Amino acid sequence: MAGAAVLRRLTWQVARVAELVDETAQTRTIALEPPDWRGHRAGQHVDVRLTAEDGYQAQRSYSIASAPEQERLEITVERLPDGEVSTYLVGELRSGDGLELRGPIGGYFVWEAADGGPLLLLAGGSGVVPLMAMSRHRALVGSDVPTRLVYSSRTIDDVIYREELGRLAAGGSGFEVVQTLTRAQPAGWTGYSRRVDADLLQETAWPAADSPLAYVCGPTSFVEVCAAGLVDLGYEPERIKTERFGPTGG
Amino acid sequence: MEMQELKLDGNAIAGLLGEVFALEPTAGRGTCEGCGAVNAVGALHVYVHGPGVVVRCPSCESIVLRVVRARGRYLLDLRGLRVLELADPA
Repeated sequence: MAGAAVLRRLTWQVARVAELVDETAQTRTIALEPPDWRGHRAGQHVDVRLTAEDGYQAQRSYSIASAPEQERLEITVERLPDGEVSTYLVGELRSGDGLELRGPIGGYFVWEAADGGPLLLLAGGSGVVPLMAMSRHRALVGSDVPTRLVYSSRTIDDVIYREELGRLAAGGSGFEVVQTLTRAQPAGWTGYSRRVDADLLQETAWPAADSPLAYVCGPTSFVEVCAAGLVDLGYEPERIKTERFGPTGG
Repeated sequence: MEMQELKLDGNAIAGLLGEVFALEPTAGRGTCEGCGAVNAVGALHVYVHGPGVVVRCPSCESIVLRVVRARGRYLLDLRGLRVLELADPA
């Protein structure tokens, strides 16, 4: 449709916080009701702005966790050490509060079911958030694009969306989850127990001959290792999309 | 903090660039003046911790774009960007 990719002037608006759900000890999902929302695509983000009483402002980007098909807009925020914005969002924000945001933002790290696959999603820590939006979108539109999520976390308690990922993987639609726990593993753990490296990618990634589409999101070091590993496996660089998040102040 | 952890990518400045460009910029493609490599704007390397935003070519690390927003105006230095290609939605 003409105009679909034209940005309306990005304007700030105050969304109402509809619900808060603690996902892990350090992450919280914030369900939001913005007064003026034109929908989004899986992988896009919003900018959030906090203003102190003295006028000081701090702004951060957060990936949208919810699928476009879901009624409510959700972001999942990880509390960063000394993060002036994330500490507030995870610790202080209350249901019913207003939160200033603008979006949706971004058009590069986006996947829609029509983009096809096979789809490889590589997540480091809270880098799973935009990939979860893609996974939810895939499920809600009934896509059967073969999809494999390789998700690296420190411990089992740090795994965000653990139950929902289990349900998606059990759904018989061709969605697989490969987990690796880098710091500690519970008794009887059958997943991987190390950081994602070239060998792990070799074992878990779709063969390059299938011309897969890959999305990698996580800390910068994670993204660099994964992207280089996929190129070494023969993936087309143009079909590897990356999103780095770093300590932009939290 | 390791230097590498300061590196982000074009996704991180989608909001900032959206304040300037009418068309979605991060899905666009930029040609590096230094090496001629063509990369999606979202894939460019971005450093946001200085006084302005510095954007570098992921192929050769030349600076392709600098953005400063201060005192009510935007300053864009585009010397390192030979071509910026944005999809025409019409």
